[in-house]
Amino acid sequence: MRSSTTRTWKGPTLAHSIVVDNVSAGYGAVRVLHGVSIQVNDGETVVLLGTNGNGKSTLIKCIMGIIQPDEGEIYLEADGERINLAGKNPEEIVNLGVALVPEGRRLFPRLTVEENLLLGAYREEARRGIDRNIAFAFEAFPVLAERKNQLAGSMSGGEQQMLAVARALMSAPKVLLVDEPSVGLAPILVSRVIAKIRELKEEYQLTVLMAEQNFNQAVKIADRGYIIVHGEIAFAGEDTEALAGHELVKKYYLGA
Amino acid sequence: MSKERKLFLIVAAVLIVGAFLITTQMENRFYYKAAYVVLQYVVLATAWNILGGYTGYVNFGTAGFFAMGAYTAVALIKTWKPPLYLLLVMGGLVSGLLGLGIGYLTLRLKGVFFSIATLALAVVLQMLISNWSYVGGGAGTAILKPRSVPLFSNYDEFLFFVMASIAVVSVAVAWLIEKSWIGRGMAAIRDNEEAAECMGVPILKLKLFATTVSGALMGIAGAPFSYFVVYIEPTSAFHLDYAVNSLAMPMIGGTTTWMGPLVGAVLVGTAQQIATVTLSSEMNLLIVGSLLVGFVVFAPDGLVGLFGKIRSRLAGREA
Repeated sequence: MRSSTTRTWKGPTLAHSIVVDNVSAGYGAVRVLHGVSIQVNDGETVVLLGTNGNGKSTLIKCIMGIIQPDEGEIYLEADGERINLAGKNPEEIVNLGVALVPEGRRLFPRLTVEENLLLGAYREEARRGIDRNIAFAFEAFPVLAERKNQLAGSMSGGEQQMLAVARALMSAPKVLLVDEPSVGLAPILVSRVIAKIRELKEEYQLTVLMAEQNFNQAVKIADRGYIIVHGEIAFAGEDTEALAGHELVKKYYLGA
Repeated sequence: MSKERKLFLIVAAVLIVGAFLITTQMENRFYYKAAYVVLQYVVLATAWNILGGYTGYVNFGTAGFFAMGAYTAVALIKTWKPPLYLLLVMGGLVSGLLGLGIGYLTLRLKGVFFSIATLALAVVLQMLISNWSYVGGGAGTAILKPRSVPLFSNYDEFLFFVMASIAVVSVAVAWLIEKSWIGRGMAAIRDNEEAAECMGVPILKLKLFATTVSGALMGIAGAPFSYFVVYIEPTSAFHLDYAVNSLAMPMIGGTTTWMGPLVGAVLVGTAQQIATVTLSSEMNLLIVGSLLVGFVVFAPDGLVGLFGKIRSRLAGREA
């Protein structure tokens, strides 16, 4: 059975945190983010709350290097070393130990489950530990082991989301970015996915930043969070109670 | 993996030696000519498939890359008649660089827009060559074959052997790519480019690698062309047949594996050669066109996919 001691994912675990400092970004002429600053400290799970179109995904994409910020800095702090992520491409950022579970899962639908997982380990360093990591993935998600030769696109939504999480972990990341895991899933499946993320986070000592609009699901896992409205941080809650008590949350999420 | 690789290399070596042995036994020159054309299509289809099948970028400009290889050779033959292997190297180099360049220029283009750009490239190149009198311009030029070549009784047999070797090497290259992380990354780009980007797959590098290798192999296939046809002119070197066939053959064979273009080129290429003799040379594209329509409708994964499906269905019935 699973040992109670924490498993080291790859080498000694280092302290990893993400600092987003005064970032503005957008698409072409459309500005989406206006001076956003957030921080995700080592080992924390931070939730980025916001309804559709407020810039959650844009911020995640900025951290991942998929879009470049127009202004501001994004740092990855790894064991006291400060690395500027702005200007780096996704390939380099994945190599630094950041992985993304993209919104809408973005699997490779016409490739098999196993091929999807292998592609999660494209990072040079991750290829060396690939056999072990794939064994971990199958252990954590037994359903994926059963379906490893099935095409990813033929699985159910919940299974696909599990695959998206497992695939991100194949790169042996230190920082996991999760973009709206609840999209298109039945509530019971959302609970399962969130519970799984929490379990994996503890097991692999991940630092997690999750963008989500489902407040009730997100607080199950979050240590603290930010509320983003129209591309600006409207509120930074030091714990989940502060978040739950905030008027924006009451207004938008709890129906009060 | 390494055992598989060893086996593949042994088979490749055996095929090249086999091609040589055939030339010591068989006399009829027609068969060499016909086999040369089929093998040339094995190279073109395999090269097309590295970009079109593995990476998902449909290239309509095969004729352009092929003809650039051919005309690089013509220009060199006109200047100092270097040995054939140098023509192959230079043809591959020029078309490879052309692939790299077109890759850079069309990076932002996807789907049908990329295809149109490659088609335009072939047209532009044909214009340039047609107006370059040193290589014969629009009227074309005659190229004298070397009178003799050691080990072979005539030059057609030698060219057959050369093209057979190029075909074996091309298929081996495609096989190596398919089984490597490069091929895996290409499959990711084909299936979902955005997701591939999120996973840190180096999209830019892989696309450029695909356009370069694909272009280079097409150029190598074109380099001996002028010796083969003896009289080369732009209309035949840039003929639409090359673009259509090298796209249709992998589609008919199956685009996701190295075997697909090989099977497609051998079957369709041979059928075309037979049709040329028994029916008419104008029937070629008709055959390809009808087959292509049939496969796109009834077997979109090609013959290789069709066999895979039948096999798994049979296995399922037994279980």
